[in-house]
Amino acid sequence: MNLWKEFIKGWWKENPVFVMVLGTCPTLAVTNSVRNAIGMIAAVAFVLLGSSIIVSLIRKMVPNQVRIATFIVVIATFVTMADRYLAAYYPDLSRALGPYVPLIVVNCIILGRQEAFASKHGVLESIMDALGMSIGFGIALILMSTVREILGSGTWLGMKVLGHWFIPWQVMILPAGAFFVFGFLVWGFNAVNKAFKG
Amino acid sequence: MELLVIFISALLINNFVLHYFLGICPFIGVSNRLDSAISMGLAVTFVMSIAASASWLIYYLLLVPYHLEFLEIVSFILVIASLVQVVEMFIKKTSPPLYQALGIYLPLITTNCAILGVALLMVLKKYNFIESLVFSVGAGLGFALAIVIMAGIREELEFADVPETLKGAGITLIVAGILALAFMGFSGLV
Repeated sequence: MNLWKEFIKGWWKENPVFVMVLGTCPTLAVTNSVRNAIGMIAAVAFVLLGSSIIVSLIRKMVPNQVRIATFIVVIATFVTMADRYLAAYYPDLSRALGPYVPLIVVNCIILGRQEAFASKHGVLESIMDALGMSIGFGIALILMSTVREILGSGTWLGMKVLGHWFIPWQVMILPAGAFFVFGFLVWGFNAVNKAFKG
Repeated sequence: MELLVIFISALLINNFVLHYFLGICPFIGVSNRLDSAISMGLAVTFVMSIAASASWLIYYLLLVPYHLEFLEIVSFILVIASLVQVVEMFIKKTSPPLYQALGIYLPLITTNCAILGVALLMVLKKYNFIESLVFSVGAGLGFALAIVIMAGIREELEFADVPETLKGAGITLIVAGILALAFMGFSGLV
């Protein structure tokens, strides 16, 4: 039961992106199409899961003073693996994501989960936490990229969803559109959470 | 001339915050007061130019000759983390007033993706040493410019009637969107 709670808290109540406003760089940068967003979600989920497992396994061996440096090296190792894998098997996706794959190293969601959760809990709970947070991150990125791709190019995952009458809103693919969509989604999440609480 | 183009483009056209979306966390977190925004902007510019030079030297003098390019990510992040520590100790020792002003922002900078972003982009764009230095200073000042403008706007927003649930991150992001639109006007510059 406890494990289930660790698993679902990241989906909505503690959604890393909309509620905690962490990991904003990739959320804004790679959501111009659903395809890029899916690539980013997969990479982040892999890194988060891998480093959570390692960090929770070694949590008793790492001296407190050097823990942040240790976490960063563990994370960077997994990011390098993800980056090389994407470059070898999905070169066009790797080019589209550009520097944002290596930048997963400094994604606050990942370091934040190691510091706040994996370094204090057992392997099983850390796996559940990592999976839940990845799903929360995924929900956020899919939402963002769906809005941006449909309004910005009239397609979803490359499929045409809006007819010829639709004139794409160019601004949605541009950086400005990312900020607008993100701002409104944060607003929506806060409003819904407040309505349910009150 | 080439250097000027790199500088202007990093400063205004491809502004790190409003175009590359790097350094959004401090951009949202530290932009509620003008004086702290100025300190943060200066601290980032300072660390960014040192970090870019150090990363350039490590990449081209150590990693490339020994074919260790795959260690790029690990070595850059370690360079940045240790550099921030050294800079912090150095400033604390040599210039207490400067430490007073920048001190609390320095540890935050380690996880600022703009710093690592500069190092990665400079490798991606194949800049030489001087170009990397100019690029990093331009990028740092661009970050400072964006965060200072944002802090100025947010100080005025204090007096505006913003809906309760939109306060904080929400309204900051929407204002950033409007700023990004305004900065698009610079794209004809080069």
